[in-house]
Amino acid sequence: MPDEDFSIQASALNHWFGTGEARKQALFDIDLRIKRGSFVVMVGASGSGKTTLLTLLGCLREIQDGSVILLGKELRHATPAQNVRLRRRLGFIFQAHNLHESLTARQNVLMGLQVKGHIDKTASDRAAAHVLGLLGLADRLDYLPANLSGGQKQRVAIGRAIVGNPDVVLADEPTAALDWDTAANVVDLLKRLGQARGTSTLMVTHDNRILDRADRVLTLEDGRLVGDEDRRA
Amino acid sequence: MSRLLERLLGRLPIGWLQLVHQRGRFAAALSGVAFANVLVFVQLGLMSSMGVSTLRPYQFFQGDILISAADANTLTEGGNVARQWMLQALADPDVVAGMGLFVALVPWDRGETDISLTTFGIDPFRADFLAPEIAADIGVLQVQDAAILDRLARGLTQEEAAAIRLQTPLSFESQGRTLTAYDTFAGGGGFGGDGYLLVSDQTFLSLFPARSSGAPDHILLRLSPGAQPDAVADRLKTLIADPTLRIRSYADAMDEEVRFQQTQRPTGVIFGFGVLIGVLVGIVIVFQVLSADVADHLREYATFKAMGYGQSFFLGVVVEEAVILGMLGFIPGVIAGWGILTLMARVTTLPLFISFGMAVTVFIGTVVFSALSGMIATRRLAAADPADLF
Repeated sequence: MPDEDFSIQASALNHWFGTGEARKQALFDIDLRIKRGSFVVMVGASGSGKTTLLTLLGCLREIQDGSVILLGKELRHATPAQNVRLRRRLGFIFQAHNLHESLTARQNVLMGLQVKGHIDKTASDRAAAHVLGLLGLADRLDYLPANLSGGQKQRVAIGRAIVGNPDVVLADEPTAALDWDTAANVVDLLKRLGQARGTSTLMVTHDNRILDRADRVLTLEDGRLVGDEDRRA
Repeated sequence: MSRLLERLLGRLPIGWLQLVHQRGRFAAALSGVAFANVLVFVQLGLMSSMGVSTLRPYQFFQGDILISAADANTLTEGGNVARQWMLQALADPDVVAGMGLFVALVPWDRGETDISLTTFGIDPFRADFLAPEIAADIGVLQVQDAAILDRLARGLTQEEAAAIRLQTPLSFESQGRTLTAYDTFAGGGGFGGDGYLLVSDQTFLSLFPARSSGAPDHILLRLSPGAQPDAVADRLKTLIADPTLRIRSYADAMDEEVRFQQTQRPTGVIFGFGVLIGVLVGIVIVFQVLSADVADHLREYATFKAMGYGQSFFLGVVVEEAVILGMLGFIPGVIAGWGILTLMARVTTLPLFISFGMAVTVFIGTVVFSALSGMIATRRLAAADPADLF
């Protein structure tokens, strides 16, 4: 049953890759509930199923077994169109920035707003500039990605993910290319979003310094959720 | 341009930005579209010129009905028609006059270049069957071996043509006789001959002694004002029930010959294929460019998919690129096509040009086919799986 307090509710979630004899189970019986506004970090060794779980929670893969309720909507048997609509309420931050090379920093960020429909150009330009300013890129608004450093590109990608005030941010190693001060700034920004707008963040990271700032730390091991530590206390 | 497109599209003009980001590829793509346009324009120009030059000799005359031999697909081909059918046709109350029309190619040895003139033998007393420009000068044809020469014939210089007048006629040998041109008219080279010549029927029969005055190539009829040529032609078909004849209105004869030249003659078919090949080349070029562009941006497109952009957005971006390529590629295409056709017209004296209608048709065709190529290219987007991004 959907619960308004939770952005994400997964129960008895299993997932397999391949077919026939090559079929391999990647996730085993995952039960997970993430509260609105919380900042959750997920850790685990490579191949433990973190990425698979992120893609399932982000409506990027079909749910094969079990249930995922995202923002009150059951994803099992959801149509592609329903998934697309739901993804517009999410913010994705990938390990690779995946910025569009022909668009400036501001234009890349604007793409995160335009997906929500027609928005006044002046207002959206201002919003994009504001977010980039918060990320320390106020002087790089009209730079193409080719003229930005790796860390700057990643910050533009983060700006693109959060400019539309998403309900959930799903992030995969978003701070890997950032120095600690910048990474801390990004984490604080995401946490502020959670407090101000109820945005939940689920972040995959190996950076122990970020673990210290998380509300909750989940640990995945061989496709199983083996640890769930509440750090708010 | 970006701002204009952004206003038009109501979103960032990603297609345009992608195109101008890789200027080398953009220039190559525009050259490709322009090249396809040139191909289409040249072939359409030739096809159109075939239509114009086919109709040119019909414009020398004024008639309502044409009686020809059944195998006369063109004005210059086919068997003869017995003059008696003209007399019989005159029995119809709406047929007021008739004239036999003789046609043959007359060679003219011009020293370095031999040319062939499509020669019409006409009754020099029937000015009412001729276009006003020619009718005014028809009197000179009453003189034996007199001629009115096409001043636009291939091989005839402008100076030579301008010098021809009653006081300074131009004489030349042909078919063993000396013909003298006392005047000129505007004809022009075509696909079947290098120009035209008008002589009297008597002069024509002197040039071709084997031909008989009782068997012209065609019979032209004029009708009383207000008579319907199609209706009269139908009546004449009943009155002259001879299966070896072809009786049709003059307008129908013109349409049928153009259709025959463009669809039955190898040259017409070749030009038609040329247009098709030009269109295909354009489609392939635009498809290749857009397809490569989609492949280059798969990761970015997958990111947009993850963010919630739907298929219509991607279709819009690729079609935006296609339409820009089509529109901008058209400009150098029409300029180069015009230049080439002008040059060809100068060399061949064929009526080669780009009409406004042709330009509009090619422009619309270019944009539509470019958009079509873009739509096909979006099939590659299926490979952009956002789940692979993590």
